[in-house]
Amino acid sequence: MTTAAPRATGWRKPGVLPGFKLSLGFTLFYLSLIVLIPLAALFLRPWTLGLGGFWAEVTSPRVLAALKLSFGAAAIAAAINSILGLVIAWTMVRYRFPFKRLVDALVDLPLALPTAVAGIALGALYGPHEWLGAPLLAYGIKVAYTPLGIIVALTFIGLPFVVRTLQPVIAELGMDAEEAAATLGASRLQTFIRVIFPTLAPALLTGTVLAFARAVGEYGSVIFIAGNLPMVSEIAPLLIIIKLEQYDYAGAAAIAVAMLTVSLAIVLPLNIIQARLSARR
Amino acid sequence: MSLVVENIRKRFSTHPALDGVSFTVPQGAFVALLGPSGSGKTTLLRILGGLEYPDDGVVRFADLNWLTVPARERRAGFVFQHYALFRYMTVAQNIAFGLSVRPRRERPSRAQIGRRVESLLGLVQLEGLGKRYPSQLSGGQRQRVALARALAIEPRMLLLDEPFGALDAKVRKDLRGWLRSLHERLGITSIFVTHDQEEAFAIADLVAVMNAGKVEQYGTPQEVRAAPKTPFVADFLDHGGMDASRL
Amino acid sequence: MTPRRPTEDPVAARFCLIAATIGIVFLFLIMPLAVVFSQAAAKGGAALLASLSDEDTLSAVRLTLVVAAIAVPCNLVFGICAAWTISKYDFRGKAVLISLIDLPFSVSPVISGLVFVLIFGMQGWFGPWLREHEIRIIFALPGIVLATIFVTFPFVARELIPLMTDQGRDEEEAAISLGATGLQAFFRVTLPNIKWGLLYGVLLCNARAMGEFGAVSVVSGHIRGQTNTMPLQVEVLYNDYNFVAAFAVASILALLALITLALKSVLEWRYADEIAATHRH
Repeated sequence: MTTAAPRATGWRKPGVLPGFKLSLGFTLFYLSLIVLIPLAALFLRPWTLGLGGFWAEVTSPRVLAALKLSFGAAAIAAAINSILGLVIAWTMVRYRFPFKRLVDALVDLPLALPTAVAGIALGALYGPHEWLGAPLLAYGIKVAYTPLGIIVALTFIGLPFVVRTLQPVIAELGMDAEEAAATLGASRLQTFIRVIFPTLAPALLTGTVLAFARAVGEYGSVIFIAGNLPMVSEIAPLLIIIKLEQYDYAGAAAIAVAMLTVSLAIVLPLNIIQARLSARR
Repeated sequence: MSLVVENIRKRFSTHPALDGVSFTVPQGAFVALLGPSGSGKTTLLRILGGLEYPDDGVVRFADLNWLTVPARERRAGFVFQHYALFRYMTVAQNIAFGLSVRPRRERPSRAQIGRRVESLLGLVQLEGLGKRYPSQLSGGQRQRVALARALAIEPRMLLLDEPFGALDAKVRKDLRGWLRSLHERLGITSIFVTHDQEEAFAIADLVAVMNAGKVEQYGTPQEVRAAPKTPFVADFLDHGGMDASRL
Repeated sequence: MTPRRPTEDPVAARFCLIAATIGIVFLFLIMPLAVVFSQAAAKGGAALLASLSDEDTLSAVRLTLVVAAIAVPCNLVFGICAAWTISKYDFRGKAVLISLIDLPFSVSPVISGLVFVLIFGMQGWFGPWLREHEIRIIFALPGIVLATIFVTFPFVARELIPLMTDQGRDEEEAAISLGATGLQAFFRVTLPNIKWGLLYGVLLCNARAMGEFGAVSVVSGHIRGQTNTMPLQVEVLYNDYNFVAAFAVASILALLALITLALKSVLEWRYADEIAATHRH
């Protein structure tokens, strides 16, 4: 098929299809232009403040409060999602019930719905005089304009991640292990806790981490329900925007770099744990 | 404590899997359910283990209406063809599982469980491998762990579904001889499913030759070989390569 | 009476889980949708239509469509090219390339907008140069397009890469051996094989492009009638306390989301194999 003998170049194994240089070239060009160079701009900017300036910026009280809020609320929302997601994924795979296909399609709603629409919808649902806000207020629970509202919004956003990561894994569980556990005398609950759950754990962790990472940077669905008071209910992305409006580019970039770095520091070890857990198959 | 199977029928949506199966297993006997795939032998075994339910028929064991006892409570040790070991537990934890899920009152202490696991590991000749994970064992070793796990609950009967089906020829031969000697030591009523007649005849006390949901012949290996009752049985033995003195 | 099979969950547990699933879906997914449509119709059909014919709103719709019409094809071309490169050739560094392509997913939308401000904004790298030449990128269409391309960058690629990798290169190699050029192999062999996956990726890419809020919010400047996309217009109207209008525009976006979900479901049910549903349910 090929006329010339293939050269052993080392990093690339030659093949039959033409166009490698062209397609790789265009891919890298577009990638650099749209993603790599802009991100480089981000990582270079904070250093105009110098290392000390960067640190001072990132540890200033308002910034710290915003970072704590963004990460904290995201973590709580992700934890809630891991439970809700497990319930939904298990039910959808194992049971039959009416409207199941509709539920299946709706699970992706948070991914398809523009965040601003989600934001005003949640604001209009949990406000003090609204459908859900009013009854909750009667019990003394204030959702809108508080950190609780932020958690609700982030839970909405992260819901599909856990469900979609778990569904294929649950679907592929063979019956063997569960039958074995039954013949050995285990109840369904014991079987679930000791046999099924450990098999699901890596996927559950992956889904939760995805939900967390998404929630940390969320903006549109949060700002309408958040209250946005500095030091209390102000999320980090909002603070970045405020700094930009004040033309404090370096400060905004510093917060962004801090966010990305902390996210990486949390997500990377979790991914390693997840890889170790699933290696035991 | 013999096992009495009476007129078991089961239908799957397209075909009858079991069509009136009856036989009796004396206590302590080693019975082989032998037949081609689709003959219903695995379905019958699963019914005995509580993993399936028949449409009709009765099973009696130890004075109990066996079919009304849920699988959890039967203490029928089941060994699966593909082992069904718990991937995320060590060998020791797998073996101990049946003991560790017992209700508080009946559960042995950790020390007792540990001793039992050790003695079972010795019984199946896997001493020292307690801390390994199933993925680190060979097929033959995994099957022995599955057996040890089933034995740990002190089962009233042992049900084995093509236990050597996933192993290669030499390992099969070694293991089946070992299984037979184990049975002679322990004396538990055992029923195992196989499509390999050499295997069935080598180690079983009684053989039930099955075809299309019915038991065509039930007797000792010598009886069956010497006097096949139906054309199917004669044919089946013939094709297994056994030198059967046929009618 | 057939007793329960040992691997079936007890009736009570099943009932609770199904009820919980329906409850969660209702509370978190259906109610927000319901409130959007209900608020839009709160003052009657006439008010609804009037708000939708408002000049600024119409220009927001136009802008959204224009941005999507530019961003989606760009990312489509890139996605095909990247997937082709990764699936049809052997070379080292594929995993790195895929991770880089995934980067925009892990970045907060606000940060996605920030990076372009850092390059093209007033104090950005090219700021002074752009001002000299009276070229506006930030606070104008080009900036919005760039930010949208950034956030929707991975969608088509992520869909096509596993699909095309799964499909391998046998057919293309066969075509080459029969005398076809690379382009012919691509258009006549590859494209038909990936058409449903392509459609799926474009669907998701478009939904995100039209609905993007955070990134566009940063680069647009919120100039009424000029640089507001539909999601931004929703925010503007909401902050003006013009709730009916805000929810009216939101309803259109919500309707778009529902159509996206419906099309997505249809594609998944009927063409599951051809969209390489390895990471889907």
